[in-house]
Amino acid sequence: MELAVISGKGGTGKSSVTAAFATVGERLVVADCDVDAANLYLIFNPEHNNEQVYIGGHKAVVDHTLCTLCGICEGYCRFDAIKEINGKIVISETSCDGCFFCSRICPMNAITMVRSDKSRMYSGSFRNGIMVYGRLAPGEENSGKLVSMVRDEAKRVATEQGVPVILLDGPPGIGCPVISTVTGVDRMIIVTEPTMSGLEDLKRVFEVARKFTGKVGIIINKCDLNHAMADRIEGWCTAHGASLLGRLPYDSRVTEAMVAGRSVTEMFPDAEISNIIKDIWNNLSTNGK
Amino acid sequence: MKIAVASGKGGTGKTFVATNLFNVLSRRGEAVTLTDCDAEAPDDLLFFRAEKVSETEVTHQVPVINKDACTWCGRCSRWCNYNAIFYVPAAKVIEVIENLCHGCGACTFACNSGAITEKPVLLGKVTKFMTDGGSKVVEARMKVNEMSPVRIIKEAIKESGEDGVVILDAPPGTSCPFIQTVDKADNVLLVTEPTPFGLSDLRQSVETLREMKKTPAVIINRSDIGDGSVAEYLAKENIPLLAEIKYDPAIARVYSEGKLVTDEIPALTSLFEDMADKIIEGYGTGSNQR
Ligand code: SF4
Ligand code: SF4
Repeated sequence: MELAVISGKGGTGKSSVTAAFATVGERLVVADCDVDAANLYLIFNPEHNNEQVYIGGHKAVVDHTLCTLCGICEGYCRFDAIKEINGKIVISETSCDGCFFCSRICPMNAITMVRSDKSRMYSGSFRNGIMVYGRLAPGEENSGKLVSMVRDEAKRVATEQGVPVILLDGPPGIGCPVISTVTGVDRMIIVTEPTMSGLEDLKRVFEVARKFTGKVGIIINKCDLNHAMADRIEGWCTAHGASLLGRLPYDSRVTEAMVAGRSVTEMFPDAEISNIIKDIWNNLSTNGK
Repeated sequence: MKIAVASGKGGTGKTFVATNLFNVLSRRGEAVTLTDCDAEAPDDLLFFRAEKVSETEVTHQVPVINKDACTWCGRCSRWCNYNAIFYVPAAKVIEVIENLCHGCGACTFACNSGAITEKPVLLGKVTKFMTDGGSKVVEARMKVNEMSPVRIIKEAIKESGEDGVVILDAPPGTSCPFIQTVDKADNVLLVTEPTPFGLSDLRQSVETLREMKKTPAVIINRSDIGDGSVAEYLAKENIPLLAEIKYDPAIARVYSEGKLVTDEIPALTSLFEDMADKIIEGYGTGSNQR
């Protein structure tokens, strides 16, 4: 069974909740799909048993000794990546989408496509199972493909070791990497917070999520920040058929535990928040079987 | 002057800083624009009363293949680097998978039989608003179920113009959307929190910005939670610390209601006024003191 924890926006405490889930039950496989800002490894400190190179995309590079400044490439690039500056064709690395178009049409064959190979995928064991995570090199695109690679590896080790549950920590937002995270999962958990923006972002991510599975549950984190707003979100959930899994209090010990490299359920097993998280997890992992 | 307000990870308070900074500058009568570049989760407008001024649709050109004119040469699908053309000549199947298409135009050029035309597909919208205070807010909003916000962000920054101070509320992370936003900025402010997650993301943002030859300044939010490792890192790397904002449930509460602390809490108002002064003076001196 694959469960994905997502959030629509960052900072709702999604990774801390995931870390807690990952340490309250049986051994499992945890996959950090937030490849753009992988964080969970800081709490789990996995051994790096396995490192793989991920080829993210390509960038166009001009060979100035061959270029005759014909300007054809500049006219065709739809990403505004090519400009002639001071008698030289310059391709902006940040704008190039890696589509290969210019390299195919350059009459002098002066443009080559260079692979970006700085991104990595790691997997290794941690204290309650196996962890798989990716690190996207800065400025890379196609994080969705790296997410798929992380998920494939997670499934492979889960099967190999006979571990039934895979827990995915998803990226923020609603774009490609999120869709790669939630496609085909059995359950989704959206962690939100009781703020106006929390509700707005919840609406958008829920719209994406429900296209993939009917089993979407909501957790409202840090409820004491604004109980009235938490009630409003709860009301929205009822009205839209989103099941509320639970409300978590704001507890500064979550941060305290993080600083110590542990989850809140490990460090403060008797805290109210830990008990609620345990209940939610037990429900999720038994209902899913 | 364009200032990007960014954070390696979401939720450190980047929107909080961007909206309040904008608010104090606007109140002073400065020419200031707030551009919400977090097109996947645009929230800035929730904090203002503002009227819509104009709206631009952002589209890209996606191929339309006329099967009758297709000679089954397969060139378009070979030229497409994103596997967006599903091509099975034996079964006489050729289809564009619009979700995978980046609108690069390679296939249209590749087709020698005139079988490919193009149509615009909506990616999102850029909307301009005027606040009660008479300042401009530009919002980039990606359509739900689209894959990449990059084109919408670029358009929003273009629409923001060059007048006065433009505050860019950047998307989280350090991948393409972030790069597109900070690339256009003269200064970058990174908002972080003093936790291991915060530090790890801050490091990644700083390294990325340095590769782009940009030097950020940092704001530590909820500075009294967590540990001292972020401050140590800043001192060691000689990165200016522009402000520290302590954790206060009152801040969280005001924010959660879609209000601005610079309207509600005097202490925070002066903190943001100071921050605005420093930014306008180009960070001033001695800002790395603790
Ligand atoms: S590869 Fe595509 S996006 Fe990059 S410079 Fe060439 S035409 Fe432009
Ligand atoms: S426009 Fe580019 S990405 Fe889209 S189908 Fe054609 S070749 Fe592929």
